[in-house]
Amino acid sequence: MSRSVLKLTAANVAKDLRLEWRSRDVFNSMLFFAVLVVVIFSFSFEPTSEESRRIAGGLFWVAFLFSAVVALNQSWARELRNGVLDAYRVSPSPAESLFLGKCLGNFIFVAALECLMVPLFVVFYNLTSAGPVWQLLIVFLLGTWALVVIGTFFAAMSIRTRNRELMLPLLLLPLSIPAVVNMVKATSNVLTADSSPVPQIKFLAVYCLVFTTVCFVLFETVLNAE
Amino acid sequence: MLRGENGAGKSTLMRIIAGLSEPTHGSVQVFGRQSREALAQIGYMAHAPLVYDELSGIENLKFFAQLYGIVSEQPPQEALTRVGLDPKLTRRVGQYSQGMRQRLSLARAIFHSPPLLLLDEPFSNVDPQSAGHIAQLLAEMRSSGTTILLITHQLGLLSNIADEFLFLSAGQLVSRSPAPQVPA
Repeated sequence: MSRSVLKLTAANVAKDLRLEWRSRDVFNSMLFFAVLVVVIFSFSFEPTSEESRRIAGGLFWVAFLFSAVVALNQSWARELRNGVLDAYRVSPSPAESLFLGKCLGNFIFVAALECLMVPLFVVFYNLTSAGPVWQLLIVFLLGTWALVVIGTFFAAMSIRTRNRELMLPLLLLPLSIPAVVNMVKATSNVLTADSSPVPQIKFLAVYCLVFTTVCFVLFETVLNAE
Repeated sequence: MLRGENGAGKSTLMRIIAGLSEPTHGSVQVFGRQSREALAQIGYMAHAPLVYDELSGIENLKFFAQLYGIVSEQPPQEALTRVGLDPKLTRRVGQYSQGMRQRLSLARAIFHSPPLLLLDEPFSNVDPQSAGHIAQLLAEMRSSGTTILLITHQLGLLSNIADEFLFLSAGQLVSRSPAPQVPA
């Protein structure tokens, strides 16, 4: 990857962070949604500590997946306001830097949300991890990247459709199922220490590699499709 | 200067030249190259301002300058000054008046000194004084060798500096005349 692509990627990330810092459109929507999921499930089930360890993986990733959908839609919507995406398209800047910048920006937003939400999960569900926490960290990094990379790609694809809020989940959710199943399994395996999460972690690593490459290669076509 | 009734295809033609849309048939060459290969040589101003509301004028231009490989702050500052905006203005674009947005949009199109400038209604929502200022700036750019293709319904502002009028109807070029012979 050329140095100019990396520089432009950094410029895009910095711009997205600055826009988000000033508007807080993305983060507030995500946070609100994720908090609702945690609180509602907590009051609905009142799980014991043991039960919590078994269901927490599913809860984590459902909350983060749907919150990410909100973020992904918003992050592209701001590029459509005032037609800014056209300004990008008429510039000689490579499309890949926009894609990578968006992916990294969205990754930072979702990761920041996860950092805020994990303590809430711990409190509301009385969670303790039976397995090593560093394994959880790997699962969260790979899982978040997997969601963000295909989500950013499909959000760009659905951005010009009339029902983009509906279109994104329709495109994203079926394709993310293999990743989500492995994220949930890996998280539960670490929390309960019943079995090793390594096979799921390997799967997530391959999934991230394949989809990052495919989305990276195809993004320019998606960006310039009218 | 590109003229024609509403729906004649003026803006579509401009989008095709700018590389934003694909022509149904045929191809566009800009300075001997396909549009998408000559993007650095094109400045494009559309109906929409193509800037971020949450950033200030100079922040917007500095970001877009990076997309053109321009690191120095000087070109964005100069472009803002040329269109009559203060580069030190920290107010966000969302709080700008329509006229200021229009001028910022023009600054975004010219900061990299493109040899080809595509302007779609640059005088809409601009007060007469600012419109005169923009017209003068465009006249200077034309004199310094910039090719300007422009759509406007306010002929009076530029008819004395335009070289040629192109009249479009239903996507077809129906007449082409030197500036003084304005088609009815």
